This record gives sequence, structure tokens and C-alpha cells, in this order.
Amino acid sequence: MAGEVVLLDAYVSMFGMRVRIALAEKGIQYEYKEQDLSNKSSLLLQMNPIHKKIPVLIHNGKSVCESLIIVQYIDEVWKDKSPLMPTDPYKRAQARFWADFIDKKIYDSGRRIWTTKGEEQEAAKKEFIDCLKLLEGELGEKPYFGGESFGFLDVALIPFYSWFPTYEKCGNFNIEAKCPKLVAWAKRCVQKESVAKSLAESDKVYDFALQMKQRLGIA
Amino acid sequence: MAGNDVKVLGAWPSPYVMRPRIALNIKSVAYDFLEEQFGAKSELLLKSNPVYKKIPVLIHDGKPICESLIIVQYIDEVWNSGPSILPSDPYDRAIARFWATYIDDKWFPAMRGIAAAQGEDAQKAAMEPVVEGLVLLEGAFKNCSKGKKFFGGDKIGYLDIALGCFLGWMRVTEKLNNVKLLDEAKTPGLYKWAEDFCADSSVKDVMPSTDKLAEAAKVILAKIRAQASS
Repeated sequence: MAGEVVLLDAYVSMFGMRVRIALAEKGIQYEYKEQDLSNKSSLLLQMNPIHKKIPVLIHNGKSVCESLIIVQYIDEVWKDKSPLMPTDPYKRAQARFWADFIDKKIYDSGRRIWTTKGEEQEAAKKEFIDCLKLLEGELGEKPYFGGESFGFLDVALIPFYSWFPTYEKCGNFNIEAKCPKLVAWAKRCVQKESVAKSLAESDKVYDFALQMKQRLGIA
Repeated sequence: MAGNDVKVLGAWPSPYVMRPRIALNIKSVAYDFLEEQFGAKSELLLKSNPVYKKIPVLIHDGKPICESLIIVQYIDEVWNSGPSILPSDPYDRAIARFWATYIDDKWFPAMRGIAAAQGEDAQKAAMEPVVEGLVLLEGAFKNCSKGKKFFGGDKIGYLDIALGCFLGWMRVTEKLNNVKLLDEAKTPGLYKWAEDFCADSSVKDVMPSTDKLAEAAKVILAKIRAQASS
């Protein structure tokens, strides 16, 4: 079950952060290998030949790709500690549905907030907030999406919190004002050690975004 | 498993809708198939899937589950005394999920590109990523099947369902565009697998005939082309 665990990742990636959090929740020792995505390593290309993307988990030499698939894999292999998926099949389906929604909608609209301007940016901001509001509805009065304990959907979403200040600065808006319950949930999550040590520092995320904007030729 | 009120909201031509139907057949679970009319969404659909307003939706004891692959996993977990759909080993499960995601995120959108392509050159170009994808999937088939009939081994599993549901549309595409997608020389494993999949008892009754699908395709393809050129 234990064996060798290696994570190919990039510091500011929300997808990578999901895996870091899951590994921390389970208390798994692993080797972290930061990847330079502008100059992809042969290890990355060998371990994820189809997408050439991070994160990649390498467990006993075998690679697992796609962040949500990796988190479920970790949850299933190290099943005796801190279970992340709910036990009830309907709740599991709901958790998967909303995690997939985050990937389809939140990532994309968030990205457009810091990479576009004008009307396109305004549309992105609106879509982003609308999606967060839907998630607020799903959270309801629960402390975590997982209920009383931190779970799969919490893991899926919380990394985006490290990007909120970047979205806010680039988009000139305040997320907490629009989605106070969601931000309250996020602040609760970062109290957890597994989350606090896995999330990238927001300043560093912002620096990264500024560098990317320069590189992409976006003002 | 309390109660057994199972409904599938869908439409017979949709490959995504086929997925939960095959899964329910594997588990021998009876269900009501509520067909949506093409071009008009029912109140029940809008209420059951307010986020995407899309089919399929599984409604089990009044509770909706959306997104075809999520529905298949749900079916596997609820009716767990029937034959398993997901592999039992966590690594094999991760691999099955990986390829199913690849099919939905990369391969099928490329397949839709063939329909949208106007003219022979565009169609040839559109076919390339689809055929390349099938070569990758041939590799996956070799690794997952380990010499057996299906991705899932002796019996149909998650990845068989994820890819197999598109066979009807693949055959229609081959017929209408006069091209070959599943080539016996290039992808011999998948070529044989396709026959075995379509012949399976869980699939036979929900896989429409190529002719029937070709008729429905003409209407749908016209729509895709209109969307692509707008």
C-alpha cells in the first residue's frame, strides 16, 4: 500500500494543490517534483504522454493522471485514514457532479478574468460569480461540502481560493462581497493544516499571473 | 436499494443516454425510459437538471443524477450485488476513468468535428485526430483487456460502455462520409471488440441500427453544421 510516491506538479496549479491536500490529509510521505511547464521534463512526457500536463502521481512507478482521478485513487488506496468521498452513493454522485462542474465552469471563467479585458472580462466575472453562487447553494448551512467533515468536493474547490486575490486584482471586484458564505467556508478550510500547507501563497500566484500576462502579451 | 422507481430521461439516438441504459441492463434493473423530443426540453428535464438542462438524467426514487459517467458509477455503486462495472483494483479504476475522460474531453469532440467539416479536404483533416485517438485507444484496449474480449475483461465494464456507446455514430459517420474509422489493420483489437460489444446482451437492444441512426443523423448533422458556420 505505501511504497514510493512521487508528485509531478507546479506550485501555482489549483489542480496540483488538490493532490497535495489529499496526500496531506492521508499523511502520505512523497517526493514533490516541481515542473517547468515551458520546458517539459522527459519524466513528465513519459508519465503523461497523452496530455503532458500536471499533476501526475507516480505510485510504485505507475502514473495516475487528472487531478480528480488522482484524488479518488488516493482515497481508495489509502482508505483507512481521513476518507474523502462520502459513503452514500447519491452523495458521491453529487460530489462528483459538482467537482466536474468546477472543472467545466469555474476554471475556465476564472482564467478569462485574468487573461481578458473589457466586455469579455465582464462576462467572465459574471459567469464566475454565478457559478460560485450555485456552489454556495450546494454548501447550504453545512460547515463543509462534505458535511461535518472536509471531503472530496472541498478538496476540489479550495485551491481556487489561492487564486481569488489574483482574480480580484485583475478583475477589479470583490468576491467576498458577492459570495460571503463561500469565502467563510474557504477561511474555515484554510484552518486545516493539510490545506494551509498545500495552497500556494496568493502573492506568488499573482506574480505568476502577471508574468504570464506579459509573456502572452496581455496588458 | 429501497424502492425501485428508476427512470431514465433521454433520447434513443444519444450515445450518452445509452451509457446508463447499458449499465442498468448489466444490473438487470428495470426502468422507465422517458424520451425527450428533439428540440424541446420537458419540464421534468429542466427541473431535474437545472445546471446543464441535458440528457441523460437518471431519476432514482425521485432523486436526479446527471452526467452520464457519473450516472454509470452511481448505478454500479447502488446495485452492487450485480456484476461489477468499474474494475475492482484502484489503479485499474484510475486507468478506466482516465480513458473515459479522454474520450469525452478529446476524442468525441474530434469526432463531432468530422460532421461539422464541409468539403473533402476539411473532412480528411477532421478525421486525423479521430483516427489517432483510436490508435491510442487500441493501446489502452491491449493494456486493459489483457487478451480478453472487453476493456473490462470477460464482461463489459466502464470503459467498454464509455467508448462503445459511440459505435453507432461511428458507423453512421463511416457510411455518410464514405470513410473508415475502425480499420481492421490499424486497430485490430478494437475492430473485433466493436463486434463483440454490439452483440452483447446488455447492448443489443439499446444500440440503434445504423440505418435508423443515419436517418436521425441527417437532422442532427444539419444542426451541427448550422452551429459550426454561425
